Formats: sequence, C-alpha cells, structure tokens
Amino acid sequence: MLSWLSSVLQGYQWLLLDGLWQTLLISVLAYLIGSAIGFCLALANGTGVRSISIAIKTYTYLFRALPELILIMLLYYASDDLFGWVFKLFGFGQVQLNGTTAAIIVLAFVSAAFACEIFSAAIKAVPIGMVEDAISLGMGPMLRLRRIIFPIMLPLALPGLANLWLMVVRGSSLVSVVGVMELALAAEQGAGATKAYFAFYLAGMALYLVVALFTLQLFYKAEQHLRRGQLAI
Amino acid sequence: MNWSWLPEFAPQLLQGLGVTLLVFSVSVCAGFIVAVPLALAQIRGTWLIAKLAGGFCSTLRGTPLLMQLFLFYYGIGSLIASAPAVREGLPWLVRLDAIWYVLAAFSLNFAAHEAEVLRAALLGVPRGEIEAAESYGLSPLQVVRHVWLPSAILRVYPVLANDVIAQLKTTPVIFTVPVVDVMAVVNRVMQDRLLVYEPLIFIGVIYLILSFLILQFFAMVGRRGPQRWLA
Repeated sequence: MLSWLSSVLQGYQWLLLDGLWQTLLISVLAYLIGSAIGFCLALANGTGVRSISIAIKTYTYLFRALPELILIMLLYYASDDLFGWVFKLFGFGQVQLNGTTAAIIVLAFVSAAFACEIFSAAIKAVPIGMVEDAISLGMGPMLRLRRIIFPIMLPLALPGLANLWLMVVRGSSLVSVVGVMELALAAEQGAGATKAYFAFYLAGMALYLVVALFTLQLFYKAEQHLRRGQLAI
Repeated sequence: MNWSWLPEFAPQLLQGLGVTLLVFSVSVCAGFIVAVPLALAQIRGTWLIAKLAGGFCSTLRGTPLLMQLFLFYYGIGSLIASAPAVREGLPWLVRLDAIWYVLAAFSLNFAAHEAEVLRAALLGVPRGEIEAAESYGLSPLQVVRHVWLPSAILRVYPVLANDVIAQLKTTPVIFTVPVVDVMAVVNRVMQDRLLVYEPLIFIGVIYLILSFLILQFFAMVGRRGPQRWLA
C-alpha cells in the first residue's frame, strides 16, 4: 500500500505531509486566537454600551458579508504594511512578516467575526434567572462568568464552533493564493512537478477529509462530555 | 487612492461580473436540483445508496472548494486529455472550456451543502402530513413534489438564504483557474498597475452590493409567502 502510494506520488508524499502539518498549524492557531477574540467581542457586546456594540456589529457584518478570499488578500497585504509600520515605530527597522504568521493573523480575524456571533447567541441562551441567582449569592462578574455562564453556554456554542472549525480548515486553503505554503499549495506543486494532477489533488482532498472527519469526532466527544448530567432533550 | 484604472478596465470588469453571476446563478439552480435526489437518497434509499449519497456529501463538505476546483479542472481535465481513446472517441470533450469544469465543481459543491440542509428539513416534516398525502392516493413522486418538499423548504427558508449568500462568497475562487471572472480582472489590475488596496476595496464593495441585493430578493419572496411558488 505504502510503496504503491509512493510510486504514484513519486517521492512528493513528504511535501504533502509537510503541507498538511502547515495547514494544521495555521488552522489550529487561527481558530484558537479567533475564538478567543470572538468570545471577548461577545462579552463586550453584552455590556450594552452603544458605541461598542455598533463597532462590533460593523466588524462582524463586514467580515461575514465579504468573500474570504478577498479578505485574506486584503488583510495579507495590509498586515505587511501595518506591521512594518508598527515595527518601524518602535525602532526595529524593516521587518517582513513571515507568510505563515500573516496567514494565521488573517484567518484569526475572519473567524473572530463568526465566533462572536456564535458566542453572542449562546450567551443570550443562558437563562437570566441563573445569572440573577448568582448575583444574589454575591458572585463577582469573573466568578459568574467562570462558574455559571461558561459551563451553560459552551455546549450550546459547540455545534456552531465545530462548523467554524471546518470553515477555518477549508478557508486555510485560500492562503495558498498569496503564496503561503500549506496543503493546497503542496498538492499544486506536487501535481505541477510530476504531472500526476489527478493523484495529487485527490490525495490532498483525502488529507483534508481525514482531518475534517477526525476532528468532528473530537467535537462530538467534547459535546457529550460537556452535556454529561444534562437531561436528554 | 488611485482610481485612474477604473474607466479603462470597466468593460472587462463588467464582462467578468457577468461570468461571476453566471457561475453563481447556474450553480445555485443546478445544485439545488441535484440536492433534492441526494437528500431523498439518504432518507429513503437502500443502505448502500444512502451511504453512497452521504459519503458524497460529506466528502464535498469536508474539503475546500479550491481543491475540488483543481481536481475537476486540472485532474479530470488532464485525465481526459491523457486517454487517447476518449480523446478520439469524444472529440468535443477535449475542447470542453474551463467554464464547464467550474460550473460542475460549483454546482456539485452547492448540491452537497444543500442536500445536508434538505435532509434535516425533510426529516423535520411531520409524518402525518406525508401520510395524509399518501392516503389521498398521491404517488410517491407526487408526495415529494406537492407536499413533502414544499413543506421542508418552508421550514428552512432562512437557512437557504444564508447558503445562497455563502455560495456567492465562494465565487472569487474561480480566478484560480483560467476563467476570467471579476476577481481575475481585479487581479490583473493589481499586477498591471501595482495597486493593492483600491482594486480589492472595489471588488469588496461589489460583493457587498450583490449580497445585499440577494438578501432583498429573499426578503421580498419571504414577505409575499414562498408558498405561492412551491405548491
């Protein structure tokens, strides 16, 4: 099986596996950073300060309405200019942002907009009585967040978060357009070098599919774990 | 801000926009038509057929559209070109334009996403509704056409609007294969004029307008009651 695979891929299987590693690295980091930013935005949105919620609404609207590819290209070039300018301001001289880092930042900002919507909806679904009970027991805002809101909100947000994760993995293929090395670009290069287009794109797709199916199982297990002790609906 | 390129590239941009809208509308219509049997096969099909349809959907939903497009255009395209029997037997296949591969890839991708939505919607229709239709003596096809499918579509109407917008948002990917859509023209402007922000902001605004128009369309149909077009 393995020798057959390597004869089809003509020694380029390591390129594919390296691409897979890069895709996982970019997706996981972008997803975690994006979810964290999204959660903070959802909390800020919940404070009810008008100017903050207008700013957040504009951000989530624009990032959800614009095509990912255009956002990725725009932010990719913008981050180069912006970070170059910031580093210059602090006297570091010209700093070129590495492509993978830029890709992570860009995808994190895109996924943060979606994560904000998911968390906002989940936080709204926490029964207000429970929060009031916690206040009446003298819990501070941080304790309330940790003990009451978070545990109730998380299982509600998980299906949306699982979808977002798949979206980030698929979206990470788009950074190949600006030349960041990951699975899609690895498949493209392997295909171009060996002329075995069909085999390479099929192999690339199979790797994406394995990642998707495996991680969906993880999300499913996580949801079951978080819902333990809850009554089945 | 330098917008001097705009008048010069206007005709190309319009043409590109036409290609983008063509791929978008064809893939939404064709995809939806393919999605109905795919969803029904997963619900009512035999074990093997249900598994095949389900596997097809999760494969297309779990992998990036970019890879699917490459697999169709470069992969299948090169397979057809490399088989002499096919080349000589079916000469028209070789001259298949890139746009056909794009249409096929986008339609099947949309079909896979919609089949999943429709499957859940079809399962959500109360059994009594279907049994009532059956007891009136409607054939299985008539039940699907006049009762089951309309009732399911009504249930997921808002999701449908979202998915159509999502499909519009995937269309800039077309420019990665040799089909000149509006994104390809913008990319050409970026390279010719060494501009970055102006062309990208321009196409961003175009997509914002398009998605706004589509939302308005769905809202309009929703207000008048989609039932009128369904039953």
